[in-house]
Amino acid sequence: MLTVEDLTVRFGATTAVDSVSFELMGDETLALLGPSGCGKSTLLRAIAGLQPIDGGRILLDDHDLAGAGPHERGVGLMFQDHALFPHRNVADNIAFGPRMQGIQPEARIERVAELLDLVGLPGFGARSVATLSGGEAQRVALARALAPRPRVLLLDEPLGSLDRSLRDRLVDELPGVLRAAGTAAIHVTHDHEEAFAVGDRLAVMTKGALRQTGEPERVWAQPATAEVARFLGHTNIIDGTDGLRVVRSDAAAVDEAGELAVIVIRSRFQGSDYDTLVRSSNGDELRLTLQERLVPGTEARLRLDETRVIALRE
Amino acid sequence: MRRPTSTIAAAGVVVLVPAAFIAVFFVFPVASILLRGLGGDGLSALADLATSPRQRGVLWFTVWQALVSTVLTLAVGLPAASVMARMGGRAQRVTRALVTVPFVLPTLVVAGAFEGVFDRFGLDAGAFRLRHTVWAILLAHVFFNYAVVVRTVGGYWAGLDRRLEDQARMLGASRRRTWWEVTLPRLRPAIASAAAIVFLFSFTSFGVVLILGGPRRATLETEIYRYAVTRSDFSTAAALALVQLVAVLALVAVATRLERLRPIHNRPGRVRRGALGARWVILNASVALVLLGTPIAVLVERSLVAGDGYGLANYRALATRVRQLPAPATIAIWNSVVFAIAATAMAVLVGTLASLVVVHGRRGLSRLFDLGLTLPLGTSAVTIGFGILIALDEPPLDLRTSWWIVPIAHALIGIPFVVRTMVPVLRSIDPRLREAAAILGATPSRVRREIDIPIGARGLVVGAGFAFAVSLGEFGATSFIPRRPENLTAPIALFRLLGTPGDLLRGQAMALAVVLMVTVAIVVMAIEMLRGSAEGGL
Amino acid sequence: MQTPTRILGFLIASALFGAACGADDASNGTTDGDDIAGTTITVISHDSFAISTDALASFTADTGVEVQLLSSGDVGQMVSEAILTAGNPLADVMFGIDNTFLQRGLDANLFEPYESVHLDDVIDGLALDPDNRVTPIDFGDVCVNYWIDALPAPVPTTLEQLTAPEYEGQLVVQNPETSSPGLAFLLATIAGTEDWEQYWADLTANGVTVTAGWEDAYYGEFVAGGGERSLVVSYASSPPAEVVFADPPVDTPPTGVLLDSCFRQIEFAGVLAGTDHAAAAGAFIDFMLTPTFQNEVPLSMFVFPAIESAVLPSEFTDHARLADRPHLLDPAEIEANRDAWVDRWVEIVLG
Repeated sequence: MLTVEDLTVRFGATTAVDSVSFELMGDETLALLGPSGCGKSTLLRAIAGLQPIDGGRILLDDHDLAGAGPHERGVGLMFQDHALFPHRNVADNIAFGPRMQGIQPEARIERVAELLDLVGLPGFGARSVATLSGGEAQRVALARALAPRPRVLLLDEPLGSLDRSLRDRLVDELPGVLRAAGTAAIHVTHDHEEAFAVGDRLAVMTKGALRQTGEPERVWAQPATAEVARFLGHTNIIDGTDGLRVVRSDAAAVDEAGELAVIVIRSRFQGSDYDTLVRSSNGDELRLTLQERLVPGTEARLRLDETRVIALRE
Repeated sequence: MRRPTSTIAAAGVVVLVPAAFIAVFFVFPVASILLRGLGGDGLSALADLATSPRQRGVLWFTVWQALVSTVLTLAVGLPAASVMARMGGRAQRVTRALVTVPFVLPTLVVAGAFEGVFDRFGLDAGAFRLRHTVWAILLAHVFFNYAVVVRTVGGYWAGLDRRLEDQARMLGASRRRTWWEVTLPRLRPAIASAAAIVFLFSFTSFGVVLILGGPRRATLETEIYRYAVTRSDFSTAAALALVQLVAVLALVAVATRLERLRPIHNRPGRVRRGALGARWVILNASVALVLLGTPIAVLVERSLVAGDGYGLANYRALATRVRQLPAPATIAIWNSVVFAIAATAMAVLVGTLASLVVVHGRRGLSRLFDLGLTLPLGTSAVTIGFGILIALDEPPLDLRTSWWIVPIAHALIGIPFVVRTMVPVLRSIDPRLREAAAILGATPSRVRREIDIPIGARGLVVGAGFAFAVSLGEFGATSFIPRRPENLTAPIALFRLLGTPGDLLRGQAMALAVVLMVTVAIVVMAIEMLRGSAEGGL
Repeated sequence: MQTPTRILGFLIASALFGAACGADDASNGTTDGDDIAGTTITVISHDSFAISTDALASFTADTGVEVQLLSSGDVGQMVSEAILTAGNPLADVMFGIDNTFLQRGLDANLFEPYESVHLDDVIDGLALDPDNRVTPIDFGDVCVNYWIDALPAPVPTTLEQLTAPEYEGQLVVQNPETSSPGLAFLLATIAGTEDWEQYWADLTANGVTVTAGWEDAYYGEFVAGGGERSLVVSYASSPPAEVVFADPPVDTPPTGVLLDSCFRQIEFAGVLAGTDHAAAAGAFIDFMLTPTFQNEVPLSMFVFPAIESAVLPSEFTDHARLADRPHLLDPAEIEANRDAWVDRWVEIVLG
């Protein structure tokens, strides 16, 4: 179990990580979501021991990691741009961790084969890393990070540099691989869909601090702040008489008898439904997913499902 | 958590070995000879120097010719480095070995070959006279140092991700603009390194200035020799040596600053062999052929002259001892190779550890190592040789006549090559590779061994090749160390052969020079192969 | 980091081992009086020193003294090094200090007096130190050589003729600052002309060229190496060398010597002050005056033996000529004036 307590990292006058606390259990995956520059990579580097900390504690199975170098922590890290060793082939990259642990060559060879199978690259061992495609490099990096059986695996935007379809495929595969490896993981991303897909739990980080933590569905359904809401993909944040409210994009339907009168700004077909932008009578712009096409410039009436309208606490 | 004591011990070795080596074999001797010289009338000698127009002229000429030599060598060498960076493995290895050949040639032989070339092209008289002009000095410096630029920069260049250039071209930059704005800034560390070496080599060049420059040219190096050796005026010599030391310190400080400026991490990208314009390749090959090829061709031709025709008699004669030599020339070649192997081993060990300190050590320590380990290249052979004589003269370090003192002196000159070629490569290693290794369980010293050293090997082979070549051809420092006759080196044998009239001896000297060239080409190629096979391994 | 540690250990061990060997050499030798057998002495010389292993072996067989040779650049460098290491000398015997550097060595008290038992065999006039701190071993003449077939005019016979128009652009000399024959020739002109400064001004006007050393003069500018000049400052023994090392073989040398231009260089050996093996060192100096050593001198170093009874090889008797009246200067006068003379020479010739 990884416990982070009041972790603080400063760079001069700026506080990159501001008193962050959370726990990570057994083999769960925490998706850490935040915009770029919010301090999530710094948080990972601090946990990995690559970044000196200015306050707080990091405990792994109740053991304080203070003073332990990155090589002594039993923590794995997968870099955004893979950082594969260019002077070693695929098998040697993967075997690196086991080798550092003093594992015998035969056992290492076995472990490499096992991991190549796990990430779907059997037979790639002898390949030079310079010949790998982006997705292959990603998988090798994952295999390399898992090879020494880290107690916690930190993934820093692991899918960030991949094209859409490859990313979708890996998003599907990753949880299975992590579960098979039995490792707890922190998966850092700035993409909320990726975070929803991989995380058993979700933590949203902005400006160096954790704003909300919980199951992905619950966090999405009940964002704590406008900032969190915006980052989770909510676009309709309205300043109502009783405070800020979030109108989920699926909250409205076209209904002649609906209480909300709007002017249609645009309507775009996106497959099963229409991405529609409307302006309400009091001037709020809402972006909604509707089942029918509306003609831009015309008026329309919408019915709101109040259960899908969330009142924000602040 | 405990830090294993082995880690601390390892860190200590990394700092102590190079520090001790340089302190004992360079700082102590040089300080001793300077103190001894300056202790007497040194201060007044220093004052005399400062007011002497001749000596001011000498200082100016020394700096001037070294700077111009450096600029010219870069101008000729950088285009060739661009070609070499894009050559395939074997062609690159062969080229790298071939351009090293001039390094082992004694100045006297090169001077002779140049004069042969000048003669043939009518450059020894009239308006295009080169002999005994400053142009002859500059030309010879380019000849000797071409390899420094081509190897140091070419090796570094080969490791750069070429996609950035492609990107720049796609964004509308012309070829020239791309080179200027994308390639050059990334090459700067290697260029600064190469320039520092070329500058120091030219700054302390002795034979080239005396023989090719003619009797009117003097540099700090020749002046130190004049006072210390022919006049036994150690005060003036020490004052000059001090001036040389200060000038070198200042210039090396500038060079290392340039080299450090904005460290640029080189992402290991997919290295493609870019298509090069055929005209560009031919142009550079022609320059190399004319510059390196013609004097070498003259040498080879002379070595083959036997009697009235051509033959291998001169080569066969190397195995028989002539009375002028204490041993056959073949023994001298063997000695030189053994000395060079020992010197290269020491230079590689000390230089590698020192490079790690320069790159990873604390700021002050890093600067100190960076400067201190480059200084021997810019220090007069007389200063080092005489310094060793008076400093290392008591047990347990009475090394004055030990076999080891020759390879140690050679290693002193080889170390700067290893450091200067390795440091830019180490600096360009993406720090995330080290972090990745650490995360995977490698201790800091293990990270050095698993990441820095294998990746830095690209620079190391270049530096080791130079260390070997420098040792094999070294004459100056060796001649200042009293030697046992059985330790005769090939360059000294060559000099001795040329010291008595007679075509037989001269022919043998030329054959010896050719054997030296072939030896260095083979060994440098072997060193590069060694690197190739050392990579990988589960 | 096991490997570097091991190499460090190796280096330290090697250094200690080397030092131990050195110490061993030194401790062998504190003998007194006549019992010199079993000692090892070190003989330092300039790079041109050569001796056969047979000759060395016969010395060891006769005396029981082992000889370790050291060579050290040219004579100027050897003397400078000896001055720097005075009191803790590198060797027991120095060979090769010549009359142009002799006074400097004597002034620095480099030598202990030693009167060789063979001193009476030495040709008259060679022993320059009445206190016998150094002993003459060989001599030779530095003279202008000419390439017979390339001379544009009749063979010159006097120094003065070299300033004549028919030899314009023919002479190459060495810089006395950096070359031992160059210095010797300057001394020859100082001893052998009425007004040496005017002489050099005339030579300069007549197109004399200057090189740094003997090698680039002889092989660079002189006809021998493909150059265009027919007159060069070299040695009286150069013509026999041109025969001995000719390729293809020749019967007569292609070069000759201008006997009026010769400066006599005498090479000495001396026991270095501070030696622990003075007696053995003296024995070696005696040996250097025996026919065993002296008969080897001509062909190994291309100089003339110092003892009258030495037998010259045919190459020397046939092709080598010595000046009847070589130019000579008192070593003390050379030492007192050398720097000033050289400085003046630089002004006149190099401007």
